[in-house]
Amino acid sequence: MRKFMRRFQFAERNLLFILIALVVVLSISSDRFLSYNNVMNLLRQTSIIGVIAVGMTFVIISAGIDLSVGSMLAFSSILSAMMMKSGLPIPVAILLALAGGTAVGALMGVIIHNGRVPAFIATLGGMTIIRAAVMLISGANKISGLPKEFTSFAVAKFFGIPGMVVVWFLMIIIGLFIARYTIFGRNIYAIGSNEEAARLSGVKIDLTVYGIYAFCAFASSIAGILMTARLGSGVPTSGTGYELDVIAAVVVGGASLAGAVGSIWGTVLGTIIIATIRNGGNLLGINPFILDILVGSLIVFAVLFDQFNKKREKRS
Amino acid sequence: MEHVSKEFPGVKALDDMSLTVHEGEVHALVGENGAGKSTLIKILMGVFQMSSGSIYIEGERVDIRNPIDAAELGLSAVYQDITIASHLTVAENFFLGRLPKTVVGLVDWKTMYSDTQAVLDELNIHVDAAALVRTLSAAQQEMVLIAKKYFEHSKLIIFDEPTALLSNEEVKELFSIIRRLKQEGVASIYISHRLEELFELCDTVSVMKDGRLSAEMKISETDQDDLISKMVGRTVEDMYSISHAEPREEILKVEHLTRTNVFEDISFTLRRGEIFGIFGLVGSGRTEIVKALYGADRYDSGTIILEGREIVLRSPAQAIRHGIGLLPEDRKNEGLTLHTSVEHNINMASYREISTCGCINLKKERMRSMQQIDDMRIKTPSERQKVVNLSGGNQQKVVIGKWLCRNSSIFIFDEPTVGIDVGAKSEIYILLEKLLKEGNSIIMISSYLPEIMGIADRIMVIHEGRQMDTLVRGTYSEETLLKLASGIH
Repeated sequence: MRKFMRRFQFAERNLLFILIALVVVLSISSDRFLSYNNVMNLLRQTSIIGVIAVGMTFVIISAGIDLSVGSMLAFSSILSAMMMKSGLPIPVAILLALAGGTAVGALMGVIIHNGRVPAFIATLGGMTIIRAAVMLISGANKISGLPKEFTSFAVAKFFGIPGMVVVWFLMIIIGLFIARYTIFGRNIYAIGSNEEAARLSGVKIDLTVYGIYAFCAFASSIAGILMTARLGSGVPTSGTGYELDVIAAVVVGGASLAGAVGSIWGTVLGTIIIATIRNGGNLLGINPFILDILVGSLIVFAVLFDQFNKKREKRS
Repeated sequence: MEHVSKEFPGVKALDDMSLTVHEGEVHALVGENGAGKSTLIKILMGVFQMSSGSIYIEGERVDIRNPIDAAELGLSAVYQDITIASHLTVAENFFLGRLPKTVVGLVDWKTMYSDTQAVLDELNIHVDAAALVRTLSAAQQEMVLIAKKYFEHSKLIIFDEPTALLSNEEVKELFSIIRRLKQEGVASIYISHRLEELFELCDTVSVMKDGRLSAEMKISETDQDDLISKMVGRTVEDMYSISHAEPREEILKVEHLTRTNVFEDISFTLRRGEIFGIFGLVGSGRTEIVKALYGADRYDSGTIILEGREIVLRSPAQAIRHGIGLLPEDRKNEGLTLHTSVEHNINMASYREISTCGCINLKKERMRSMQQIDDMRIKTPSERQKVVNLSGGNQQKVVIGKWLCRNSSIFIFDEPTVGIDVGAKSEIYILLEKLLKEGNSIIMISSYLPEIMGIADRIMVIHEGRQMDTLVRGTYSEETLLKLASGIH
């Protein structure tokens, strides 16, 4: 247990305690909370946000931001739905949709790095353009009548775990692997801490930045496929406003918008904590607006707490 | 100022320093880098507290505890990097923090513009009070800043290398403004490495050496040679001498390296086991030269020949592959990623060597960082510690460790000992010795003369982007180097 705990940093440990406290309180006040059905439901509901949050974590660690994730989700959703409907085999349609989304993400990286456009602006533009493009190609109508084999994935279970949750777990493993074992992952932290120092140490900034936004777009595209399966159709308005939920999860997870600070474990905990507050609140019949106030306060508090710690660190 | 001393841990930056400046006097303050000039200014400006001594203004003893005190006492400074809000108008800068208001509480632009313009006209500065500061030239901005200090009724203005970024024409304008201030009774302390300027502008000159006042005289009673000999004239301490290896074959040859308007026609060779020094004043182009040589800045023409083969350097990554490593002048902003671990920083340039298909061998990563930490005696609680928590000397060792880990053979050190204490300095010199013994070569920039004279085998002197001369160890003195660096043959 101790060895397990040591893998978590200070901030993550605090998050884990918050989560445990939440679970204890909720399981005492509602006997349904810890039931198999409810836990799986909770995980399934948050898996789409969770998948994107893995990609967003790297963007934020690199001191960037990606506002286009919600639109990107819709893009991959419509793309895959249209291709499946046109008769392409399911795996091909999925792969092409993922490739398309990833390519657009890489392009965003090019605009940010080579064009020196702040990430906030580039992805804000991207968010608007992609959403509009999705509306255009879909005629603002949802695309239904998808193959059964595909839509059944939404209810499929592997060893009792919903398929969507399995995909989320796989994304987490990929994220952990990138952060811990790859040069790409190390370079993301280096760029987030100090881009000029990284450049002078021979880090290829351009490729790394393209990779960061391509990976985030890839994660959003996966989320788009999951969303399509869950809704049983490609919906052009899906994912609207998701960028804020995703950023909230990453920030609650301890990542700093100033870069270099953050981790996949933190993001996973942040995602689950927010989902638990929403789920538990519903079970207890708390007004959803009150829940939103709670989640909003949590975001601000997470950063406040971080600043407080920084100040204390400086003084000592 | 009387008997002012300032001690930092391990160093006495100011030692019983006294200085008197009279109303309407332009008082030159000269001394080598490290003589204590900037410490003196910072005490006057309230940035540092003196350890002992007293300061009198118009006969009254004053306490300067912080920059606000200094401003209220009428002390101000103009630094070479101009601090002014560039997106506001000149007038807004003048009134920053106390904008005049009309009866209804809105900003009174009319008064602001007319008052500002009056001051600018009085000082003969041809700038529109309504102009945005960023549309002005560097020289105009500097003059606006000076006018602002005058407007704020400063009694004493300190000019710290005010001409470093100005053209000859602009220098003339600046001087005429300082002379006007003088007529108005404002006193000035004028600091410059360009000695010829002092004779044009100043009344009195004080020479600082090793934190003390070594001479004070009327400018008419001295000349440049006399000043230089008073600035140096110290025995070279043992600290700055290292044992030199016998330089071997030529490894790097630079020919006619040029970047338009920055440096021109730079040629030199570097041999194995040699420290090649580059000396020049701030802004002489020395850092730009080594950055070009490292692929971090572009160069327009010239050739770089490494071990007999011509190479082209367009990015630091290319230079690193050729075995060149850079320790930048600005350790915190260019040398290190402060918020990541020691381990990460040491391995940053060499991850490719310990990975397969982009996946890092964590064991090797850890071992390699532990080895550097042990070899260089980097004081850190663990290899996982964030670099920001290390002392300056240990941070510098991490940067060196990065290149040792990469097996670099040519090390470019740009001001390697700036801002680190005496103990860490000597440790770094020992490291340099070791590097040479192992057959590496070092290019070193230092603006501290005793250091570069004690350590370099040869020194190339740069003045305004041109190489003045390259001197071999034993043939130079501080006088010759300073003269060359000031553009005097």
